[in-house]
Amino acid sequence: MFWDKKIETMKPAELRELQLKRLKKTLDQVQHVEFYRDLLAKAKIKKTSITSLEDIQKIPFTKKQDLRNGYPFGFFAVPLKKIVRIHTTSGTTGKPTVVGYTRNDLDVWSDLIARNMTMVGITENDVFQNMVNYGMFTGGLGFHYGAEKIGMTVIPSATGNTKRQIEMINDFGVTTIHCTPSYAMHLSEVAEEMGTTLDSLKTGLFGAEPWSESTRKTLEKRLGVTAYDSYGMSELFGPGVAFECPERDGLHIWHDSYLVEIIDPKTGEQVSDGERGELVITPLVKEAMPLLRYRTGDVTMLLEDGCLCRRGKKIARLTGRSDDMLVIRGINVFPSQIEHVLLKIPEVGNQFMVYIDRINHLDEMTVEVEINRDSFSGELADLARLQKKVVKELRDALELRTTVKLVEPGSLPRFEGKAKRVIDRREAI
Amino acid sequence: MDTQKYVIKQISIFSENRPGRLAAIAHALGEEKVNILAFSIAEANGFGVVRALVDHPQKAHDKLQSLGFNIAFTDVIAVKMQDKPGGLFEVAKILGDAGINIEYSYAYSGKDGAVLILRVDQVEDAIMKIKKSGATLLERSVFH
Repeated sequence: MFWDKKIETMKPAELRELQLKRLKKTLDQVQHVEFYRDLLAKAKIKKTSITSLEDIQKIPFTKKQDLRNGYPFGFFAVPLKKIVRIHTTSGTTGKPTVVGYTRNDLDVWSDLIARNMTMVGITENDVFQNMVNYGMFTGGLGFHYGAEKIGMTVIPSATGNTKRQIEMINDFGVTTIHCTPSYAMHLSEVAEEMGTTLDSLKTGLFGAEPWSESTRKTLEKRLGVTAYDSYGMSELFGPGVAFECPERDGLHIWHDSYLVEIIDPKTGEQVSDGERGELVITPLVKEAMPLLRYRTGDVTMLLEDGCLCRRGKKIARLTGRSDDMLVIRGINVFPSQIEHVLLKIPEVGNQFMVYIDRINHLDEMTVEVEINRDSFSGELADLARLQKKVVKELRDALELRTTVKLVEPGSLPRFEGKAKRVIDRREAI
Repeated sequence: MDTQKYVIKQISIFSENRPGRLAAIAHALGEEKVNILAFSIAEANGFGVVRALVDHPQKAHDKLQSLGFNIAFTDVIAVKMQDKPGGLFEVAKILGDAGINIEYSYAYSGKDGAVLILRVDQVEDAIMKIKKSGATLLERSVFH
């Protein structure tokens, strides 16, 4: 099934023409952003320099750090009165990355979500439970508006209270769910403990963290769904960038809206189809926050083979990162954020270790930090207060509950050269 | 009244909750010929504080610090108890009646009788109240 058959099945030549037209429009749009005026002036790029899609390689990359430097509204290409919504995503340190949307952006974005969901056979007859965070995370409202656009019956259940989630699935006859794959695993176990089966479910949309084919089989068996992989990121609207079709052999990325390059992260050079590299995307339809050659940090490749469904070129499922970003319970965490938090707390040292485990299918992060020699009063209560303070500061910065262990000064490993502060003990999901 | 002579220096040592930490502390004190008179461990979430009354607190402090331990002095007081049934009750009742709030406490029973070690928030005030109540406070010189 198609939501927008003409666009989704466009012939390559026609698609390239559309992409170039939209790229030129995006180059106009970025002129409203000081960062890009400077960037393009320095690289001596005028609008007339870009006459083919290949010419995009003349433009320097945009990195997450650049967005952070623009905090809060430095990357908005329209006045704030035209921005109708703001989301944030975790920054590499301290401040989050802010993303903004015009009314038209929200319409375009929900249209992309509608494409994805229609592609896997979801219709207005389906009942949809959206079990992701509805706060600043784009996955909540993103899927919500896309599902409403299709005309599905939407239950904005958000996260938490798994028993209630299961009751709603059964009582409301939910056919389609959206959540992280690890939460889906947890859901299936709680349902089993409750002695219930989730008979109404047909379709599971899972994203926000990498997951394996064996997890797909397990989830499909345990939940009785067909499971689809979903990819996106806040800087590119949110979810909806790429999605599996019923073939489930790679993700269709919407080439009319996102110009895709795969590069060697070391050299910045494009690599051939079938070769792994970092995904670099130039969004072609964003108004409020246009970006040029955005380094996603996600590692994938463009698949050489076409798809039976007649849509465009697919990317391989995303499995890794070209940077040190961690995905914990679907939330992006950079080790530098943890360091930044600890630097602000004088009672603890700057050395730290992070351990990540998966307990009952949910990610648990433990941070070990040394207490400072001078800040030890001798009182247990002061230590307990300090421990709570570190937990709270980390929660405020990462929006994530962590376990904090206070350790003796000098007991954590010191690194010469590249520090290895993160020990990820999770089995692949 | 000279309350200072009743203030006793306890050493408090931060310790992670893992095997061998107490042995490391005790070994260091043994090497320095520091004798432990009373001792307790308080534990919280993944870590603890080892509290000890020793005959040479400064020596213990310097040795443990040189080994990298996080150590601090804490002022405590010691109240004599009768080493017989009801002995603790007598002292506890005096403290309660005098309105003294105990942050933590531990006890030992030695050759000169039983002793209750107290950590209180207002040390001087507590010393005066305890003296007034008629209970016996042990002087610092008894320990070190």
